[in-house]
Amino acid sequence: MRKVSLFIPCFVDQLTPEVGLDTARVLRRIGCEIDFPEAQTCCGQPAFNTGYWDDARPIAARFLRVFHAADAIVCPSGSCTTMARNFYPELLAGTALAEEARSVGQRVFEFSEFMVKIAGVSDVGAQFPHRVAFHDACHSLRELHLKNEPRELLRKVAGLELVEMPRSEECCGFGGTFSTKFGTISAAMGETKAGNAEISGAEYLVSTDPSCLLHIDGVLRRRNSRVRTIHLAGILARTPAGAESPRTFSQARSAK
Amino acid sequence: MTTAAREFLRSATRETANLPARRAIRHAVDQYDAALERGRTQFLDWEAARQKCYEIKWEALNHLDRYLLEFEERVKARGGQVFWAETAEEARGYVAEVASRCGVRTVVKSKSMVTEEIHLTPALEKLGIRVFETDLGEFIMQLRNEPPFHIVTPAMHLTRSDIAKLFHEKLADAMTSGAAGDDPPELVAAARRALRQAFFSAEMGITGANFLVADAGMIAITTNEGNDRLGTALPRIHVAIAGIEKVIPRMGDLATLWPVLATAGTGQTITCYNTLIGGPRAPGEIDGPEEFHVVLLDNGRTDLLADAEQREVLHCVRCGSCLNACPVFRTVGGHAYHTTYSGPIGSVLTPHLRGLNEFQHLSYASSLCGACSSVCPVKIDLHHHLLHNRRNAVHEGDRPWQERIGFRMWRWAMSGSRRFAVMGWLGRSASRILQWLKLGGTRLDPLRPWTKYRAAPVIPRKSFRAMWRESGER
Repeated sequence: MRKVSLFIPCFVDQLTPEVGLDTARVLRRIGCEIDFPEAQTCCGQPAFNTGYWDDARPIAARFLRVFHAADAIVCPSGSCTTMARNFYPELLAGTALAEEARSVGQRVFEFSEFMVKIAGVSDVGAQFPHRVAFHDACHSLRELHLKNEPRELLRKVAGLELVEMPRSEECCGFGGTFSTKFGTISAAMGETKAGNAEISGAEYLVSTDPSCLLHIDGVLRRRNSRVRTIHLAGILARTPAGAESPRTFSQARSAK
Repeated sequence: MTTAAREFLRSATRETANLPARRAIRHAVDQYDAALERGRTQFLDWEAARQKCYEIKWEALNHLDRYLLEFEERVKARGGQVFWAETAEEARGYVAEVASRCGVRTVVKSKSMVTEEIHLTPALEKLGIRVFETDLGEFIMQLRNEPPFHIVTPAMHLTRSDIAKLFHEKLADAMTSGAAGDDPPELVAAARRALRQAFFSAEMGITGANFLVADAGMIAITTNEGNDRLGTALPRIHVAIAGIEKVIPRMGDLATLWPVLATAGTGQTITCYNTLIGGPRAPGEIDGPEEFHVVLLDNGRTDLLADAEQREVLHCVRCGSCLNACPVFRTVGGHAYHTTYSGPIGSVLTPHLRGLNEFQHLSYASSLCGACSSVCPVKIDLHHHLLHNRRNAVHEGDRPWQERIGFRMWRWAMSGSRRFAVMGWLGRSASRILQWLKLGGTRLDPLRPWTKYRAAPVIPRKSFRAMWRESGER
């Protein structure tokens, strides 16, 4: 049995806990032994991306301490994975932690990446009888180069029809603090994404980054769209038995 | 917030609401994307071509001293003159001096962003000189009295009918059909008729240079309209202005750079006209100018050269592909930036040329999606340099005190998992109470910067870690 440490980003912990639970469910189903180090907080990306590298460093150092001994660290966000794997070496360059950053970074995997490339599993026995379109989250696509992995997982889901939306690689406009510093631009980009999702005819827009989905979901609901958003793990967690219902961003929680 | 930042925000907000303009940009970019796809098929390996261009520019920039001197020596040997301008003012002054000495009254210009950078046209007009933009797009923008909207396609935001209306208004004499015709060939013919007179009367032709070829001592100009050839062959004087970073080592480098520039810029396999000019008319030659001047402009570039982290920004060949790829550019357009260079390259470069503090906001006006870096034909790591500019802004610039304190508090909260859990619980509880009181999205809502543009998120009662604990998993 493979041991996996869950890296649950701060905003997933606080705002979209179901993504974390679904991630754990799917990993367990493929035979992983899961551990959630409760000492974890945030990867430091908000400060790093806003230029506050001095504030981000101790948080990155904390992350490295928490996950120091982990075999494989799996994260349901391409963006936070990118922070730990790609940006820690730059953030911590010239410090005593530079080597540790590289070492831990190589053990951090985005969820779909871990499933397909590390665990070698693409069929998890999920069922989701809906038409879905995939939104390529920027960090997953351009920093981690994960284009096919999530699609491969989706294609194996029973009943699921995968359609390509126009400009699936175009940024949704979230961009961290950009979403509030430049709210009008961010929302306009979100509208473009929402429009493309609608054109695709999909019922669900699925992605590997809950931060994009939080933003797109807010835009879609503001325009009373019929398209709903769901994280990849939410789809893979759903089995034919129907014991685990799909958890969309808005619906699942309001139904509770 | 700086004046430039306020200007950007105001314009960006206005342009975001300008749906016809956004549609026009999107249409232009869609066409560009399709052409780019086709253009790339001429390369067996586009990535290898990009890498080659990167290496050429890297070599040139890391031996700039040698290649610029070599270029100067060869131009001079052929009777040309080279002027080193440290600032925009010096460059303007030199061109004005040449124009005055030769009694120039009319200038024809071909497309050049560096002349926009140094504001050359207004300076010449102040001396009573008439300046004609001869690139069709630039000509249209000159008629509108606006700066170029995009560094390659200056009028990309305009529709055919916008241009027809403009020509009927401003070029009534040159338009033959009296009615409101908007037939593209007719519009082009009208511009040609209007410009022909200028070409024949101009005493000076001004161009930029896409490349300065060191081993040949020649400038290379790329256009699609051939206006540069007419503008450098007919007038008595030719002045070419180029940033010092435009130098390349060898003529042979053009074999890669020309097709890559054409593909990245417009999706063409090669542009219609690629001209090499090495000096004034030599004895026995039948055409060409009597005087040939090259102005080598620094204007902040050596400072950027000294910055090892961002030196590669000087690789830029001004193809405009990062603008086309940028979702922010496509949303707000080129004019919202209020800078000569817009889009990702402008956001990276402008703080270096015109001051980090005044233009730091441009580094933040990006979702850091990385589309720019993925298309750049000379592999400039644009979005990471935006991150570097943000870091530099925090170290050297005036960031808002609320932001500085905010991140101090964030750091405190994230430094302990219990703190994090408690702060998270407080935040969620407060938001839930506000939402229960139906105050979500109002001015009392601390999430308003988010909820102003989006439906409020449904805030969960429990965090992941609380649920995990309850499920007895740990």
